[in-house]
Amino acid sequence: MTVQKIVVLDYGMGNLHSVASALKKVAPTDEVVLATTPEEAHGADRLIVPGVGAIRDCMEGFIRPGFVPLLNQCIEAGLPILGICVGMQIMMKRSEENNGVDCLGLFPQPVKFFGTDLQENGQRLKVPHMGWNQVQQKIDHPLWRDIENGSRFYFVHSYYVPAENNNAVAGETDYGVKFAAAVTRNNIFATQFHPEKSADAGMQLLKNFVGWNGAA
Amino acid sequence: MGLAKRIIPCLDVDAGRVVKGVNFVDIRDAGDPVEIARRYNEAGADEITFLDITATHEGRDTTLHTVEKMASQVFIPLTVGGGVREIQDIRNLLNAGADKTAINSAAVHNPDFVREAAERFGSQCIVVAIDAKQVGNDKEPKWEIFTHGGRKPTGIDAVEWAKKMDSYGAGEILLTSMDRDGTKNGFDLALTRAISDAVSVPVIASGGVGNLQHLADGVLKGGADAVLAASIFHFGEYTVGEAKAFMQQAGIEMRI
Repeated sequence: MTVQKIVVLDYGMGNLHSVASALKKVAPTDEVVLATTPEEAHGADRLIVPGVGAIRDCMEGFIRPGFVPLLNQCIEAGLPILGICVGMQIMMKRSEENNGVDCLGLFPQPVKFFGTDLQENGQRLKVPHMGWNQVQQKIDHPLWRDIENGSRFYFVHSYYVPAENNNAVAGETDYGVKFAAAVTRNNIFATQFHPEKSADAGMQLLKNFVGWNGAA
Repeated sequence: MGLAKRIIPCLDVDAGRVVKGVNFVDIRDAGDPVEIARRYNEAGADEITFLDITATHEGRDTTLHTVEKMASQVFIPLTVGGGVREIQDIRNLLNAGADKTAINSAAVHNPDFVREAAERFGSQCIVVAIDAKQVGNDKEPKWEIFTHGGRKPTGIDAVEWAKKMDSYGAGEILLTSMDRDGTKNGFDLALTRAISDAVSVPVIASGGVGNLQHLADGVLKGGADAVLAASIFHFGEYTVGEAKAFMQQAGIEMRI
Protein backbone atom coordinates (compact mmCIF):
# COMPACT_ATOMS: atom_id res chain seq x y z
CA MET A 1 0.00 0.00 0.00
CA THR A 2 1.29 3.44 -0.83
CA VAL A 3 1.75 6.00 1.88
CA GLN A 4 -0.72 8.86 1.64
CA LYS A 5 0.10 12.43 2.54
CA ILE A 6 -2.71 13.72 4.73
CA VAL A 7 -2.41 17.47 5.15
CA VAL A 8 -3.97 19.29 8.08
CA LEU A 9 -4.04 23.03 7.43
CA ASP A 10 -2.48 24.89 10.35
CA TYR A 11 -3.69 28.47 10.31
CA GLY A 12 -3.24 29.10 13.99
CA MET A 13 -6.79 28.18 14.92
CA GLY A 14 -7.25 24.76 16.17
CA ASN A 15 -6.74 21.70 18.20
CA LEU A 16 -4.31 20.42 15.61
CA HIS A 17 -2.62 18.07 17.99
CA SER A 18 -5.91 16.27 18.60
CA VAL A 19 -6.70 16.02 14.90
CA ALA A 20 -3.20 14.78 14.09
CA SER A 21 -3.21 12.18 16.90
CA ALA A 22 -6.58 10.88 15.82
CA LEU A 23 -5.35 10.54 12.22
CA LYS A 24 -2.21 8.72 13.36
CA LYS A 25 -4.44 6.34 15.23
CA VAL A 26 -6.68 5.50 12.26
CA ALA A 27 -3.97 5.73 9.60
CA PRO A 28 -0.75 4.68 11.33
CA THR A 29 1.18 4.07 8.12
CA ASP A 30 0.27 7.35 6.44
CA GLU A 31 2.12 10.63 6.62
CA VAL A 32 0.28 13.33 8.57
CA VAL A 33 1.54 16.84 7.85
CA LEU A 34 0.56 20.04 9.63
CA ALA A 35 0.98 22.66 6.91
CA THR A 36 1.42 26.34 7.73
CA THR A 37 2.02 27.30 4.07
CA PRO A 38 0.63 26.08 0.73
CA GLU A 39 4.16 24.83 -0.08
CA GLU A 40 4.07 22.46 2.88
CA ALA A 41 0.76 21.15 1.60
CA HIS A 42 2.29 20.33 -1.78
CA GLY A 43 1.62 16.77 -2.89
CA ALA A 44 -1.31 16.28 -0.53
CA ASP A 45 -3.49 13.25 -1.16
CA ARG A 46 -6.21 14.57 1.12
CA LEU A 47 -6.82 17.71 3.08
CA ILE A 48 -8.29 18.55 6.47
CA VAL A 49 -9.50 22.03 7.42
CA PRO A 50 -9.89 22.10 11.20
CA GLY A 51 -10.90 25.19 13.14
CA VAL A 52 -11.61 26.31 16.66
CA GLY A 53 -12.34 29.83 17.78
CA ALA A 54 -14.04 32.88 16.41
CA ILE A 55 -14.85 33.20 12.71
CA ARG A 56 -13.11 36.49 11.94
CA ASP A 57 -9.75 35.29 13.24
CA CYS A 58 -10.28 32.01 11.43
CA MET A 59 -11.01 33.68 8.10
CA GLU A 60 -8.05 36.02 8.45
CA GLY A 61 -5.79 33.18 9.51
CA PHE A 62 -6.96 31.13 6.54
CA ILE A 63 -6.55 33.86 3.94
CA ARG A 64 -3.14 35.17 5.09
CA PRO A 65 -0.96 32.14 4.22
CA GLY A 66 -2.67 31.75 0.85
CA PHE A 67 -4.89 28.82 1.76
CA VAL A 68 -7.87 30.02 -0.31
CA PRO A 69 -6.27 29.33 -3.71
CA LEU A 70 -4.78 26.12 -2.29
CA LEU A 71 -8.20 24.91 -1.17
CA ASN A 72 -9.73 25.81 -4.53
CA GLN A 73 -7.02 23.88 -6.37
CA CYS A 74 -7.60 20.85 -4.16
CA ILE A 75 -11.35 21.05 -4.78
CA GLU A 76 -10.73 21.27 -8.55
CA ALA A 77 -8.33 18.36 -8.42
CA GLY A 78 -10.94 16.21 -6.69
CA LEU A 79 -8.94 15.66 -3.51
CA PRO A 80 -11.00 14.41 -0.56
CA ILE A 81 -11.48 17.36 1.80
CA LEU A 82 -12.74 17.28 5.37
CA GLY A 83 -13.81 20.43 7.24
CA ILE A 84 -14.25 20.34 11.00
CA CYS A 85 -16.30 22.74 13.17
CA VAL A 86 -15.27 26.30 12.29
CA GLY A 87 -13.42 24.67 9.39
CA MET A 88 -16.91 23.80 8.11
CA GLN A 89 -18.34 27.22 8.94
CA ILE A 90 -15.69 29.10 6.93
CA MET A 91 -16.83 27.14 3.86
CA MET A 92 -20.28 28.76 4.12
CA LYS A 93 -21.41 32.02 2.55
CA ARG A 94 -21.45 34.31 5.54
CA SER A 95 -21.47 34.07 9.33
CA GLU A 96 -23.36 36.18 11.84
CA GLU A 97 -20.47 35.89 14.30
CA ASN A 98 -18.28 38.95 15.03
CA ASN A 99 -21.00 41.27 13.64
CA GLY A 100 -21.00 39.48 10.31
CA VAL A 101 -18.09 37.99 8.39
CA ASP A 102 -18.00 36.96 4.73
CA CYS A 103 -16.78 33.40 4.38
CA LEU A 104 -15.53 31.27 1.48
CA GLY A 105 -18.92 30.68 -0.13
CA LEU A 106 -18.28 27.07 -1.14
CA PHE A 107 -21.79 26.41 0.18
CA PRO A 108 -24.58 29.00 -0.22
CA GLN A 109 -25.88 28.66 3.36
CA PRO A 110 -25.40 31.18 6.17
CA VAL A 111 -24.00 30.56 9.67
CA LYS A 112 -26.39 31.73 12.38
CA PHE A 113 -26.31 32.33 16.13
CA PHE A 114 -28.28 29.95 18.37
CA GLY A 115 -29.38 33.05 20.26
CA THR A 116 -29.84 33.78 23.92
CA ASP A 117 -33.39 32.46 24.10
CA LEU A 118 -33.07 28.99 22.65
CA GLN A 119 -35.79 26.62 23.85
CA GLU A 120 -37.03 23.09 23.45
CA ASN A 121 -40.36 21.93 24.92
CA GLY A 122 -40.46 25.01 27.11
CA GLN A 123 -36.98 24.27 28.49
CA ARG A 124 -34.26 26.83 28.06
CA LEU A 125 -31.25 25.42 26.23
CA LYS A 126 -27.70 26.37 27.14
CA VAL A 127 -25.46 27.98 24.56
CA PRO A 128 -22.82 26.95 23.53
CA HIS A 129 -24.31 23.65 22.39
CA MET A 130 -21.70 21.56 24.20
CA GLY A 131 -21.58 17.81 24.45
CA TRP A 132 -22.71 14.63 22.75
CA ASN A 133 -25.71 14.89 20.46
CA GLN A 134 -27.29 12.55 17.93
CA VAL A 135 -26.70 12.86 14.23
CA GLN A 136 -29.39 11.68 11.82
CA GLN A 137 -27.81 10.64 8.55
CA LYS A 138 -29.79 12.26 5.74
CA ILE A 139 -27.99 10.60 2.84
CA ASP A 140 -25.96 7.51 2.15
CA HIS A 141 -22.35 8.53 2.12
CA PRO A 142 -19.02 6.69 2.27
CA LEU A 143 -18.13 8.73 5.38
CA TRP A 144 -21.09 7.29 7.28
CA ARG A 145 -19.98 3.72 6.61
CA ASP A 146 -20.16 1.47 9.69
CA ILE A 147 -21.56 4.32 11.78
CA GLU A 148 -25.00 3.63 13.15
CA ASN A 149 -27.65 6.19 12.22
CA GLY A 150 -28.36 8.38 15.25
CA SER A 151 -24.87 7.94 16.73
CA ARG A 152 -23.69 10.64 19.11
CA PHE A 153 -20.82 12.96 18.28
CA TYR A 154 -19.15 15.68 20.33
CA PHE A 155 -20.21 19.25 19.55
CA VAL A 156 -19.10 22.58 20.92
CA HIS A 157 -20.40 25.65 19.11
CA SER A 158 -22.68 28.68 19.44
CA TYR A 159 -23.25 29.20 15.70
CA TYR A 160 -24.87 26.76 13.29
CA VAL A 161 -25.75 26.14 9.66
CA PRO A 162 -29.53 25.71 9.27
CA ALA A 163 -30.72 22.36 7.94
CA GLU A 164 -33.85 23.87 6.42
CA ASN A 165 -33.75 24.42 2.64
CA ASN A 166 -30.27 23.02 2.61
CA ASN A 167 -29.68 20.31 0.03
CA ALA A 168 -26.06 19.94 1.11
CA VAL A 169 -27.03 18.39 4.46
CA ALA A 170 -25.48 14.97 5.02
CA GLY A 171 -26.38 14.78 8.69
CA GLU A 172 -28.81 16.66 10.87
CA THR A 173 -28.99 17.39 14.59
CA ASP A 174 -31.69 18.97 16.70
CA TYR A 175 -30.92 21.58 19.34
CA GLY A 176 -33.88 23.90 19.56
CA VAL A 177 -33.54 24.14 15.79
CA LYS A 178 -32.60 21.56 13.21
CA PHE A 179 -29.09 22.29 12.04
CA ALA A 180 -26.53 20.77 9.68
CA ALA A 181 -24.28 18.40 11.62
CA ALA A 182 -22.56 17.61 8.33
CA VAL A 183 -22.66 18.98 4.80
CA THR A 184 -21.22 17.59 1.60
CA ARG A 185 -20.63 18.58 -1.99
CA ASN A 186 -18.69 16.33 -4.36
CA ASN A 187 -15.26 15.85 -2.79
CA ILE A 188 -15.96 18.02 0.27
CA PHE A 189 -17.39 16.66 3.51
CA ALA A 190 -17.58 18.93 6.52
CA THR A 191 -18.81 18.35 10.05
CA GLN A 192 -19.99 20.71 12.77
CA PHE A 193 -18.98 18.13 15.36
CA HIS A 194 -15.44 17.12 16.27
CA PRO A 195 -14.78 13.59 14.98
CA GLU A 196 -11.34 13.67 16.65
CA LYS A 197 -13.09 14.03 20.03
CA SER A 198 -16.04 11.72 19.33
CA ALA A 199 -14.61 8.41 20.57
CA ASP A 200 -15.47 5.36 18.42
CA ALA A 201 -17.98 7.00 16.07
CA GLY A 202 -15.55 9.83 15.38
CA MET A 203 -12.63 7.47 14.82
CA GLN A 204 -14.74 5.50 12.36
CA LEU A 205 -15.61 8.66 10.44
CA LEU A 206 -11.93 9.64 10.22
CA LYS A 207 -11.07 6.12 9.11
CA ASN A 208 -13.75 6.40 6.42
CA PHE A 209 -12.32 9.74 5.33
CA VAL A 210 -8.81 8.32 5.05
CA GLY A 211 -10.15 5.62 2.73
CA TRP A 212 -12.52 7.86 0.76
CA ASN A 213 -11.84 8.49 -2.93
CA GLY A 214 -13.70 11.79 -2.90
CA ALA A 215 -16.73 10.54 -4.82
CA ALA A 216 -20.20 10.64 -3.30
CA MET B 1 -33.88 12.82 22.09
CA GLY B 2 -31.26 15.49 22.27
CA LEU B 3 -28.08 16.59 23.88
CA ALA B 4 -26.82 14.07 26.42
CA LYS B 5 -25.83 15.00 29.94
CA ARG B 6 -22.16 14.30 30.55
CA ILE B 7 -20.24 12.23 33.10
CA ILE B 8 -16.75 13.55 33.74
CA PRO B 9 -14.22 11.64 35.83
CA CYS B 10 -11.69 13.98 37.41
CA LEU B 11 -8.00 13.25 37.97
CA ASP B 12 -5.92 15.21 40.49
CA VAL B 13 -2.40 15.24 39.16
CA ASP B 14 0.81 16.40 40.81
CA ALA B 15 3.96 16.54 38.67
CA GLY B 16 2.56 14.01 36.25
CA ARG B 17 1.17 11.54 38.81
CA VAL B 18 -2.41 11.00 39.94
CA VAL B 19 -2.37 11.72 43.66
CA LYS B 20 -5.81 11.00 45.04
CA GLY B 21 -5.25 7.35 44.41
CA VAL B 22 -6.97 5.27 41.81
CA ASN B 23 -7.79 1.70 42.50
CA PHE B 24 -8.43 0.06 39.15
CA VAL B 25 -8.35 -3.66 38.98
CA ASP B 26 -5.36 -5.04 37.07
CA ILE B 27 -3.75 -1.75 36.33
CA ARG B 28 -0.06 -2.00 36.94
CA ASP B 29 0.68 1.59 37.68
CA ALA B 30 -2.27 3.20 39.38
CA GLY B 31 -0.62 6.61 39.42
CA ASP B 32 -0.21 6.99 35.67
CA PRO B 33 -2.77 9.56 34.50
CA VAL B 34 -2.42 8.57 30.85
CA GLU B 35 -3.31 4.95 31.58
CA ILE B 36 -6.16 5.98 33.86
CA ALA B 37 -7.57 8.42 31.31
CA ARG B 38 -7.37 5.71 28.66
CA ARG B 39 -9.40 3.41 30.91
CA TYR B 40 -12.06 6.05 31.45
CA ASN B 41 -12.14 6.72 27.72
CA GLU B 42 -12.78 3.02 27.10
CA ALA B 43 -15.36 2.90 29.87
CA GLY B 44 -17.46 5.50 28.06
CA ALA B 45 -16.63 8.68 29.99
CA ASP B 46 -17.87 11.74 28.11
CA GLU B 47 -14.90 13.92 28.99
CA ILE B 48 -11.87 13.86 31.26
CA THR B 49 -10.91 16.65 33.63
CA PHE B 50 -7.32 16.86 34.74
CA LEU B 51 -6.66 19.03 37.76
CA ASP B 52 -3.01 19.98 38.00
CA ILE B 53 -2.11 20.65 41.62
CA THR B 54 1.60 21.05 40.89
CA ALA B 55 3.25 24.06 42.48
CA THR B 56 6.69 24.01 40.81
CA HIS B 57 7.76 25.06 37.33
CA GLU B 58 9.51 21.74 36.70
CA GLY B 59 6.33 19.99 37.68
CA ARG B 60 4.34 22.11 35.22
CA ASP B 61 6.59 21.02 32.36
CA THR B 62 5.95 17.43 33.37
CA THR B 63 2.24 18.23 33.33
CA LEU B 64 2.43 19.54 29.76
CA HIS B 65 4.19 16.38 28.72
CA THR B 66 1.51 14.30 30.44
CA VAL B 67 -1.25 16.25 28.71
CA GLU B 68 0.51 15.61 25.41
CA LYS B 69 0.66 11.87 26.00
CA MET B 70 -2.92 11.79 27.20
CA ALA B 71 -4.18 13.70 24.18
CA SER B 72 -2.49 11.26 21.83
CA GLN B 73 -4.39 8.34 23.36
CA VAL B 74 -7.70 9.74 24.55
CA PHE B 75 -10.23 10.72 21.90
CA ILE B 76 -12.76 12.52 24.04
CA PRO B 77 -12.53 16.12 25.27
CA LEU B 78 -9.87 16.89 27.83
CA THR B 79 -10.08 19.81 30.25
CA VAL B 80 -7.00 20.88 32.19
CA GLY B 81 -7.17 23.20 35.18
CA GLY B 82 -5.03 24.30 38.08
CA GLY B 83 -2.52 27.13 38.08
CA VAL B 84 -3.74 28.70 34.83
CA ARG B 85 -2.69 32.33 35.29
CA GLU B 86 -1.52 33.70 31.98
CA ILE B 87 -2.45 33.61 28.33
CA GLN B 88 0.77 31.67 27.75
CA ASP B 89 -0.38 28.96 30.20
CA ILE B 90 -3.53 28.48 28.13
CA ARG B 91 -1.62 28.45 24.87
CA ASN B 92 0.81 25.85 26.26
CA LEU B 93 -2.00 23.59 27.43
CA LEU B 94 -3.97 23.85 24.19
CA ASN B 95 -0.82 23.20 22.17
CA ALA B 96 -0.15 20.15 24.31
CA GLY B 97 -3.60 18.81 23.38
CA ALA B 98 -6.01 20.10 26.02
CA ASP B 99 -9.39 21.00 24.55
CA LYS B 100 -10.41 23.30 27.37
CA THR B 101 -8.65 25.03 30.21
CA ALA B 102 -10.18 25.82 33.59
CA ILE B 103 -9.41 29.17 35.21
CA ASN B 104 -10.09 29.69 38.90
CA SER B 105 -8.07 32.03 41.15
CA ALA B 106 -6.65 34.04 38.26
CA ALA B 107 -10.18 34.99 37.18
CA VAL B 108 -10.90 36.41 40.63
CA HIS B 109 -7.69 38.42 40.68
CA ASN B 110 -8.27 39.76 37.22
CA PRO B 111 -11.68 39.11 35.62
CA ASP B 112 -10.45 40.65 32.37
CA PHE B 113 -8.15 37.66 32.01
CA VAL B 114 -11.23 35.58 31.24
CA ARG B 115 -12.40 38.06 28.64
CA GLU B 116 -9.00 38.21 27.02
CA ALA B 117 -8.66 34.42 27.03
CA ALA B 118 -12.12 33.93 25.50
CA GLU B 119 -11.39 36.49 22.80
CA ARG B 120 -8.04 34.92 22.03
CA PHE B 121 -8.96 31.25 22.05
CA GLY B 122 -12.77 31.22 21.87
CA SER B 123 -15.27 30.69 24.68
CA GLN B 124 -15.48 26.97 23.88
CA CYS B 125 -12.15 26.33 25.56
CA ILE B 126 -12.50 28.63 28.57
CA VAL B 127 -14.02 26.98 31.61
CA VAL B 128 -14.34 29.12 34.72
CA ALA B 129 -14.00 27.04 37.88
CA ILE B 130 -15.84 28.35 40.92
CA ASP B 131 -15.30 27.07 44.46
CA ALA B 132 -18.26 28.16 46.57
CA LYS B 133 -19.20 27.85 50.22
CA GLN B 134 -22.55 28.57 51.79
CA VAL B 135 -22.86 31.67 53.93
CA GLY B 136 -26.01 32.82 55.74
CA ASN B 137 -28.86 30.52 56.72
CA ASP B 138 -30.46 27.57 54.96
CA LYS B 139 -33.75 29.37 54.30
CA GLU B 140 -32.17 31.99 52.14
CA PRO B 141 -28.84 30.45 51.26
CA LYS B 142 -26.09 32.51 49.72
CA TRP B 143 -22.71 31.32 48.58
CA GLU B 144 -19.36 32.99 48.62
CA ILE B 145 -16.50 32.10 46.33
CA PHE B 146 -13.12 31.02 47.63
CA THR B 147 -9.77 30.86 45.88
CA HIS B 148 -6.47 29.02 46.40
CA GLY B 149 -8.04 25.60 46.63
CA GLY B 150 -10.79 26.87 48.93
CA ARG B 151 -8.50 28.55 51.46
CA LYS B 152 -9.07 32.23 50.68
CA PRO B 153 -12.48 33.89 51.07
CA THR B 154 -13.20 36.67 48.59
CA GLY B 155 -16.45 38.25 49.75
CA ILE B 156 -17.83 37.71 46.23
CA ASP B 157 -21.33 36.26 45.78
CA ALA B 158 -21.15 33.05 43.74
CA VAL B 159 -24.31 33.65 41.68
CA GLU B 160 -23.30 37.19 40.75
CA TRP B 161 -19.81 35.97 39.95
CA ALA B 162 -21.07 33.18 37.69
CA LYS B 163 -23.23 35.68 35.76
CA LYS B 164 -20.28 37.99 35.37
CA MET B 165 -18.04 35.19 34.10
CA ASP B 166 -20.75 34.19 31.63
CA SER B 167 -20.87 37.74 30.30
CA TYR B 168 -17.06 37.87 30.13
CA GLY B 169 -17.02 34.94 27.74
CA ALA B 170 -16.69 31.81 29.86
CA GLY B 171 -17.95 28.87 27.79
CA GLU B 172 -18.76 26.70 30.77
CA ILE B 173 -18.82 26.85 34.58
CA LEU B 174 -17.21 24.14 36.72
CA LEU B 175 -18.96 24.56 40.06
CA THR B 176 -17.57 22.94 43.20
CA SER B 177 -19.28 23.08 46.57
CA MET B 178 -16.59 23.44 49.24
CA ASP B 179 -19.09 22.30 51.84
CA ARG B 180 -19.74 19.03 50.05
CA ASP B 181 -16.37 18.25 48.50
CA GLY B 182 -15.11 14.95 49.90
CA THR B 183 -18.23 14.35 52.04
CA LYS B 184 -20.01 11.83 49.79
CA ASN B 185 -23.28 13.49 50.83
CA GLY B 186 -24.21 14.58 47.33
CA PHE B 187 -23.95 17.86 45.42
CA ASP B 188 -25.14 21.12 46.96
CA LEU B 189 -28.28 21.08 44.82
CA ALA B 190 -29.53 24.53 45.83
CA LEU B 191 -26.20 26.02 44.79
CA THR B 192 -26.14 24.05 41.55
CA ARG B 193 -29.69 25.11 40.72
CA ALA B 194 -29.04 28.76 41.56
CA ILE B 195 -25.99 28.95 39.31
CA SER B 196 -27.48 26.88 36.50
CA ASP B 197 -30.57 29.11 36.37
CA ALA B 198 -28.46 32.26 36.46
CA VAL B 199 -26.17 31.57 33.51
CA SER B 200 -26.70 30.81 29.84
CA VAL B 201 -23.70 28.48 29.53
CA PRO B 202 -23.45 24.82 30.63
CA VAL B 203 -22.73 24.08 34.31
CA ILE B 204 -20.69 21.11 35.59
CA ALA B 205 -21.66 20.09 39.12
CA SER B 206 -18.83 18.96 41.37
CA GLY B 207 -18.18 18.08 44.99
CA GLY B 208 -19.82 15.49 47.19
CA VAL B 209 -20.81 12.55 44.98
CA GLY B 210 -21.16 9.38 47.03
CA ASN B 211 -23.60 7.32 44.98
CA LEU B 212 -25.37 7.19 41.65
CA GLN B 213 -28.53 8.88 42.88
CA HIS B 214 -26.36 11.92 43.65
CA LEU B 215 -25.29 12.08 40.01
CA ALA B 216 -28.89 11.90 38.80
CA ASP B 217 -30.00 14.52 41.34
CA GLY B 218 -27.30 16.90 40.10
CA VAL B 219 -29.03 16.91 36.72
CA LEU B 220 -32.68 16.48 37.72
CA LYS B 221 -32.75 18.71 40.77
CA GLY B 222 -29.65 20.84 40.34
CA GLY B 223 -30.12 21.51 36.63
CA ALA B 224 -26.51 20.59 35.86
CA ASP B 225 -25.46 19.88 32.28
CA ALA B 226 -22.63 17.62 33.38
CA VAL B 227 -21.57 15.87 36.58
CA LEU B 228 -18.01 15.48 37.74
CA ALA B 229 -16.83 12.85 40.18
CA ALA B 230 -13.53 11.40 41.32
CA SER B 231 -13.51 8.88 44.12
CA ILE B 232 -16.64 6.85 43.29
CA PHE B 233 -15.04 5.97 39.97
CA HIS B 234 -11.42 5.84 41.07
CA PHE B 235 -12.06 3.32 43.81
CA GLY B 236 -14.17 1.13 41.61
CA GLU B 237 -17.35 1.62 43.64
CA TYR B 238 -19.18 2.23 40.39
CA THR B 239 -18.18 2.11 36.75
CA VAL B 240 -18.95 4.92 34.35
CA GLY B 241 -21.21 2.45 32.53
CA GLU B 242 -23.23 1.73 35.67
CA ALA B 243 -23.57 5.45 36.33
CA LYS B 244 -24.81 6.05 32.81
CA ALA B 245 -27.31 3.21 32.94
CA PHE B 246 -28.63 4.48 36.28
CA MET B 247 -29.03 8.02 35.02
CA GLN B 248 -30.75 6.85 31.86
CA GLN B 249 -33.16 4.82 34.00
CA ALA B 250 -33.88 8.03 35.88
CA GLY B 251 -35.02 9.56 32.61
CA ILE B 252 -31.85 11.47 31.76
CA GLU B 253 -30.58 11.59 28.19
CA MET B 254 -27.20 9.85 28.16
CA ARG B 255 -24.64 8.65 25.61
CA ILE B 256 -24.71 4.93 26.22
